[in-house]
Amino acid sequence: MKILMKGNEAIGEGAIRAGCRYFFGYPITPQSELPAYLAEKFPSIGGVFLQAESEISAINMVYGASCAGVRVMTSSSSPGISLKQEGISYLAAAELPCLIVNVMRGGPGLGTIQPSQSDYFQATKGGGHGDYHLIVLAPHSVQEMVDLTYLAFDLADQYRNPAMILADGILGQMMEAVELKEYASEIPHKNWAVGKSQGRKRNIITSIYIDPKVLEQHNLRLQAKYKIIKAHEERAEEWMKEDAEIIIAAYGTVARIAKSVIKKAREKGIKAGLIRPITLWPFPDKYFQDLGKIKRILTVELSSGQMVEDVRLAVNGRIPVEFYGRMGGMVPSIEEILEQIEKINSQIERVKL
Amino acid sequence: MQEDLIIAGFGGQGIMLIGQLLVYSALEENKNVLWMPSYGPETRGGFANCTVIISNEEIGSPIVAHPQSMIIMNLPSLDRFEDELIPQGLMIVNDSLINRKIKREDINFYLIPATEIADNLGNAKAANMVDLGAYLKIKNVVDFTLTEKTLEKFFANNSSLIELNKKALERGAQEIAKETLKP
Repeated sequence: MKILMKGNEAIGEGAIRAGCRYFFGYPITPQSELPAYLAEKFPSIGGVFLQAESEISAINMVYGASCAGVRVMTSSSSPGISLKQEGISYLAAAELPCLIVNVMRGGPGLGTIQPSQSDYFQATKGGGHGDYHLIVLAPHSVQEMVDLTYLAFDLADQYRNPAMILADGILGQMMEAVELKEYASEIPHKNWAVGKSQGRKRNIITSIYIDPKVLEQHNLRLQAKYKIIKAHEERAEEWMKEDAEIIIAAYGTVARIAKSVIKKAREKGIKAGLIRPITLWPFPDKYFQDLGKIKRILTVELSSGQMVEDVRLAVNGRIPVEFYGRMGGMVPSIEEILEQIEKINSQIERVKL
Repeated sequence: MQEDLIIAGFGGQGIMLIGQLLVYSALEENKNVLWMPSYGPETRGGFANCTVIISNEEIGSPIVAHPQSMIIMNLPSLDRFEDELIPQGLMIVNDSLINRKIKREDINFYLIPATEIADNLGNAKAANMVDLGAYLKIKNVVDFTLTEKTLEKFFANNSSLIELNKKALERGAQEIAKETLKP
């Protein structure tokens, strides 16, 4: 049975069903419905909801709870996620699983509360200090707000790595029908967690390695883990790609707009299709390998052009990769993107028969 | 088939509510639905609008720049959205709160004195239901009776509100039957 939920609430329900019982955060628009949802639901199911005095405090509470081996999450929006970066780096270094939700808004600075995708670099390239990666998942519907929340917790535990849901204000605010599928995975036993140590060796969780030789070894181990994640977890949706000459590369809300654009383009006889990255890190390079009939790629983002760099790396100069974006909370219309597609279509050289 | 609709008025008029009433009803009919509130530094009495999309297919863009239909509940909303309606689009206007003429000549509009009608029914706040009733009478996107049933669920704790809002819905639909609506 399908029910209607706001995107932010859907993440909350997904987290509950995935066994998360600990939330630490600080309110910020446009994600506040998520903590509000958990604040209402957690007390009756034995969960701990705590509104901390700041984002920095909240992320360090996540660190503590994760050390103890429980499923834990935090959520915020762009400026709040910036504040959490030091803690996120520590979580990655200490290999602590958790879920961090970023419902992006327009930046830089305090910016606006309207939707944006300008935290892509921050989410996928580091954000905090040091050589590390988060597993970054990008939903494009309220259904995926639930499904990818399940997946994020699973991948975080499987790889002992923080995972992030990277959404935007539109996905957080809009309401769609969702099917709350049964959460089928088993939460793994965490024999590395701290706590009562009777009968076993003492577990130590840390991110400090004073000896550079030891720290380099720790880094090499992390990099080896990232390589395994990269090899196994690339995910993307291909939509009308089979015969496409022009591909839109877009994620999240923009991918939704792109689907409408592609339908209109096809009505005009333009063979357009979509590659929608679902994992932003690891970036789904393999979906850009077999280009088939594709002659051009147009990357569309709510930013000045961030993911386009990864698209270009994946394509590696084989075909031109163009970019179109809006910033500061502005969202491109279907017509606006269609115009870009028509322009590109007119530039493609075709062999005349 | 896809219907997209923008409902606009001021905070407190129940703009979001009638949008939700539509999508909850359409979901009962197994249609794909999307409801998107305007969000921003909103205040009671300030702008409020929402987008409703009902479709038999997968819904693409959640943002609708040029909707097929509009329910306009006050003057600032008319000023803001009048130019955005598609040609031949449908506009239901709460005539009680709008003291100017519709500029567009290429649209189908219906002037409903919704606030006045609701006031006569006992509560001016039900004006949203009057306009929704009119809209449903013209655009049969969801079944009228089904919408009434959804309404009963929405106000399950308050039977007097169910009565009032049902009456308002029906009065709105009756207005459409009149031929004298268009200037």
